[in-house]
Amino acid sequence: MIQVHDLYKQFGKNVVLKGINLDIKQGEVVVIIGPSGSGKSTLLRCLNLIEMPTSGDIIFQGQSILDKKTNINKVREQIGMVFQQFNLFPHMTVLDNITFAPRKLLKISKEEAYQLAVNLLKKINLENKIDAYPNSLSGGQKQRIAIVRALAMNPKVMLFDEPTSALDPEMVGEVLAVMKQLALEGMTMVVVTHEMGFAREVGSRVLFMDEGLILEEGTPQEIFANPKHPRTREFLGKVL
Amino acid sequence: MPNLQRSRRVENAKSSLIIIALVTLILIILSQMNFAFVGRYKHFYLQGTINTIVLAFFAVIFGVLLGVIISLMRISQSQVLKIVSASYVEFIRGTPLLVQLYIIYYGLPMIGIRFFDIRLPIIGTIPGDFIAGIVTLSINSAAYVSEIIRAGIQAVDKGQMEASRSLGLTYATSMRYVIFPQALKNILPALGNEFIVVIKESSIVSVIGIADLMYKADTVRTNTFQPFEPLIFAALIYFVLTFGLSKLLGLIEKRMKKSDSSS
Ligand SMILES: Nc1ncnc2c1ncn2[C@@H]1O[C@H](COP(=O)(O)OP(=O)(O)OP(=O)(O)O)[C@@H](O)[C@H]1O
Ligand SMILES: [Mg+2]
Repeated sequence: MIQVHDLYKQFGKNVVLKGINLDIKQGEVVVIIGPSGSGKSTLLRCLNLIEMPTSGDIIFQGQSILDKKTNINKVREQIGMVFQQFNLFPHMTVLDNITFAPRKLLKISKEEAYQLAVNLLKKINLENKIDAYPNSLSGGQKQRIAIVRALAMNPKVMLFDEPTSALDPEMVGEVLAVMKQLALEGMTMVVVTHEMGFAREVGSRVLFMDEGLILEEGTPQEIFANPKHPRTREFLGKVL
Repeated sequence: MPNLQRSRRVENAKSSLIIIALVTLILIILSQMNFAFVGRYKHFYLQGTINTIVLAFFAVIFGVLLGVIISLMRISQSQVLKIVSASYVEFIRGTPLLVQLYIIYYGLPMIGIRFFDIRLPIIGTIPGDFIAGIVTLSINSAAYVSEIIRAGIQAVDKGQMEASRSLGLTYATSMRYVIFPQALKNILPALGNEFIVVIKESSIVSVIGIADLMYKADTVRTNTFQPFEPLIFAALIYFVLTFGLSKLLGLIEKRMKKSDSSS
């Protein structure tokens, strides 16, 4: 579904990604782990061109998204993204947060949009918050709504950048549960996280990144039970 | 921390003492003055105040319109528009208002651009000089307004644009529906402040003979042979205008915040 070829990204003199190769297949849950500053977020943000790669190529459904002829907005409609800081629109109600993009881009009617929001909110048990503003919600509720906001565009892939890192510990579970449900429904997902339990349980593949490179990858079983690279071992030793 | 509390109390006592001393001083000075002229010249002051308000009002209106255009140029993706607007802002902010006024008032007619009287319903005839004053103040204010708008937009969290773009929305749509409504909350209070600044700065146009409050105060000085008191009275009016406006804006802001949190 997504292929990454020899991807480089540098900020000024700082080379953050140093040749990433990656093939994400339909229905896979790819979990990216690694120490702070290793380039996990940058890689994720390159996948929908929120960050512009310096060189290399990214193929989405057989089409290079770096090609000048590709309409990046059309590509982004099919790639949902969830941020550490939720990034809900504070001046819009939950309803508008969820339906703003589909109404603008998919040209659905007000009634259809309302129905869409209700259906999505039912999935996360927050129908009663449809008219609430984000500031009145807890972190866990915000993040669950941010997830369904991305789902409202009916994307093919979902990108998660540390979706639970900004949450109080007691709210981490509710967000991970929604993500797990999504994985069970067959959504293709790329997840940067420090939640090793989630990686182990839900991940189909785990990538370990360090200093701009994917040092090691494998099934959760392989990575957690039997890490080969000394850096992986060192990292897991610290976080587990 | 009794020590810290003590030093804070000493600070408070000190500042109250300063205020008391200042007020006493002002009262002593005022008691030595003669404000009898006010009765005879109150129409001067009234007319001058009205002119100052009209001048500032139009300057802010046109300043905001021009300022919006300049800030749009500044955030546009065109390098040319960016350079033009940035140069404008830097030039205006880097030169004195008085110089700008002279350039427009004396310079423009030399290259054939003249300011004519304009007849308006309700308000009446606005003299050409007055127009030159409005034009100068607008051009000046626009530079500051565009900076206010730019700062207001920049203060919106970057994640907002990223979230909007990640959904597939275009830059323009994201700007209009996501960024701008949030930026407005930062911009409006600063714009109110700009109105206050323009009221004060507008006093400069008196040098080209526009009959604003400052000009009228000068006239009263000449007529009464009192060098000082007519100015004090004008200062008082300026202060009432700006202080009143600032209180009013504070109230509006408070009300806006209230409706915000209840929503
Ligand atoms: N917009 C930017 N401008 C300049 N440098 C950046 C920018 N974004 C990231 N970097 C740098 O790139 C490097 C990798 O950052 P990145 O956010 O991808 O790391 P990460 O693996 O996600 O770390 P963390 O676990 O802390 O989120 C860091 O050194 C960071 O300072
Ligand atoms: Mg990160």
